Amino acid sequence: MKPFTELNGRVAPLDRANVDTDAIIPKQFLKSIKRSGFGPNLFDEWRYTDHGEPGQDCANRPKNPDFVLNQPRYEGAQILLTRDNFGCGSSREHAPWALEDYGFRVLIGPSFADIFFNNCFKNGLLPIVLPGPEIDELFQQCEATDGYRLKVDLAAQTITRPDGKTIAFDVDPFRKECLLNGWDDIGLTLRHADKIRAFEEKRRVDHPYYFVA
Amino acid sequence: MEAQTLYEKLWSSHVVHQEADGTALIYIDRHLIHEVTSPQAFEGLKLAGRKPWRVSSIVATADHNTPTDHWERGILDPVSRQQVETLDANIREVGALAYFPFRDARQGIVHVIGPENGATLPGMTVVCGDSHTSTHGAFACLAHGMGTSEVEHVLATQCLLQKRSKTMLVRVDGELGRGVSAKDIALAIIGRIGTAGGTGYAIEFGGSAIRALSMEGRMTICNMAIEAGARAGLVAVDQTTIDYLRDKPLAPKGEAWDQAVDYWRTLKTDDGAKFDKTVELDAAQIQPQVTWGTSPEMVETVSGRVPDPAGIGDPVRREGIERALKYMGLAPNTPISEIPVDQVFIGSCTNSRIEDLREAASVAKGRSKAPSVKRVLVVPGSGLVKRQAEAEGLHEVFLAAGFEWREPGCSMCLAMNADRLEPGEHCASTSNRNFEGRQGAGGRTHLVSPAMAAAAAVTGHFIDVRELA
Repeated sequence: MKPFTELNGRVAPLDRANVDTDAIIPKQFLKSIKRSGFGPNLFDEWRYTDHGEPGQDCANRPKNPDFVLNQPRYEGAQILLTRDNFGCGSSREHAPWALEDYGFRVLIGPSFADIFFNNCFKNGLLPIVLPGPEIDELFQQCEATDGYRLKVDLAAQTITRPDGKTIAFDVDPFRKECLLNGWDDIGLTLRHADKIRAFEEKRRVDHPYYFVA
Repeated sequence: MEAQTLYEKLWSSHVVHQEADGTALIYIDRHLIHEVTSPQAFEGLKLAGRKPWRVSSIVATADHNTPTDHWERGILDPVSRQQVETLDANIREVGALAYFPFRDARQGIVHVIGPENGATLPGMTVVCGDSHTSTHGAFACLAHGMGTSEVEHVLATQCLLQKRSKTMLVRVDGELGRGVSAKDIALAIIGRIGTAGGTGYAIEFGGSAIRALSMEGRMTICNMAIEAGARAGLVAVDQTTIDYLRDKPLAPKGEAWDQAVDYWRTLKTDDGAKFDKTVELDAAQIQPQVTWGTSPEMVETVSGRVPDPAGIGDPVRREGIERALKYMGLAPNTPISEIPVDQVFIGSCTNSRIEDLREAASVAKGRSKAPSVKRVLVVPGSGLVKRQAEAEGLHEVFLAAGFEWREPGCSMCLAMNADRLEPGEHCASTSNRNFEGRQGAGGRTHLVSPAMAAAAAVTGHFIDVRELA
């Protein structure tokens, strides 16, 4: 996994609640058997005015000028500002894959759906939860200021606004360490292979009916 | 010993290792696999030179991409076909306890085939790269969805990295009214707590109304726990659970069955155990539900009206309602019963089991599809459900009413196959998500129970099913 340490990046504001993973990456793109290449179809139904299908060249598709990511001032954004319950619905990891492939590394919102939140950490994406009033201020500043940027420091667990205000955020220590180092979860878990084996053997004895082969 | 909730019992019986911050390695008993979220996991495993830890934990099927008609033609969409063939090849290579490929007699929606084959058992941890894995919690197992990285993690290690959830009890007491079903309970709960109300929680459903439900009804409710934001839903073991599992193909037999049942009977919340949150509903007050918007929490009773955003103070909520009404093509204050229906979908991991089909058939019997309704799809959840329904003659009721009787699969719940809505069409659907574009780009989904879907099919609009009886 790509490590995440710090970022000074442009911010795009997506001002709607309950953005579901069907909206982030529509189902027709889930037919791919690859992990990459989902960026051009991120928010496909909102971003383009035609209907998208897998394998299409998106460069010449008609764009919806009202959709926030199509506005030139948010071009190249790496930080997405969101509202409540972002990433709800389907567990498709294609959603963080699409966000990451588009160029996002940080998501900031008042709440995220559980499975999506978890999937982000597996892909070098940092979802940050802040209280509602902080989010409201960030939306106001972002919409009022062309080229609005934030500095995110994972080690220090801080976001620094252009006006100098620093906002602290929480992150699970284990997830933080994995993200800072870009560690592969599976490699970490397999360090405990003996413990897993011992647990499994005991379970096989106590509950043999779960081990039909 | 301290009184424990069911969730706490399931959690503590699966912890292999715990980090200082509470992140735990949880042992996985059952790994369900389908074609959409697994190819990258198998590829990752192979690239890293790893082997699956315990192949006998795997039960797999193809469901999302498979067509629901003309099976003799195979899968026409080459991209869908490639994904299904990739699953075939992966399972052929690594093996599985059971595999139900496309066109197998027991193929079906992964959350239907697990329980009906006895692959889902009380006390297990059950995971799948699919958010509706919460369905299996109806059997008092800790069951939830995950992403593809975690599918690979479970394949390689037989474990998942997890943090313990908070616990919520949703207690539904009293007797359900005539024509009101598990789906209406689920939608009423979501209407009450919202789509993020269960975020961070495992929800246990309890109370006399839940106890009175069949396993099919309990699965419908646990299935929708994720729509309330909770990864996992749970119902305690009782005689209904045990009676359902007896003689299922993969369920234990003989002495092993007796030993299992002794353990399973302990899988309930102890008296005096504390939940982090409790929500109570009176079953007698629950009316047939219909969603009007683009989130399952945008729900009303069938006798209600679409809301008027003008009365909403919170700007994010107001704009959300305005956007939903625009997408749905609905004016504020429209009576729910005046919304016309273009298509009807009876199926999905929420409502495609035998009891659901019986409920729909009881309404369809002796009636016909309204002329204004273009199509009514009835898609059984599995080959076994299909054959059971045909043995009961339900398919003849549907066909006589002008409904289409299809082959099993996920179908128009997410429209990855050819079954989908046209832009602007309204659909009465027994599925679980009314998100924008979910059933086809521009399609407008209204979530309802099987009986309410059948009632909409024969009248052409939403109607309280009790008026038809």
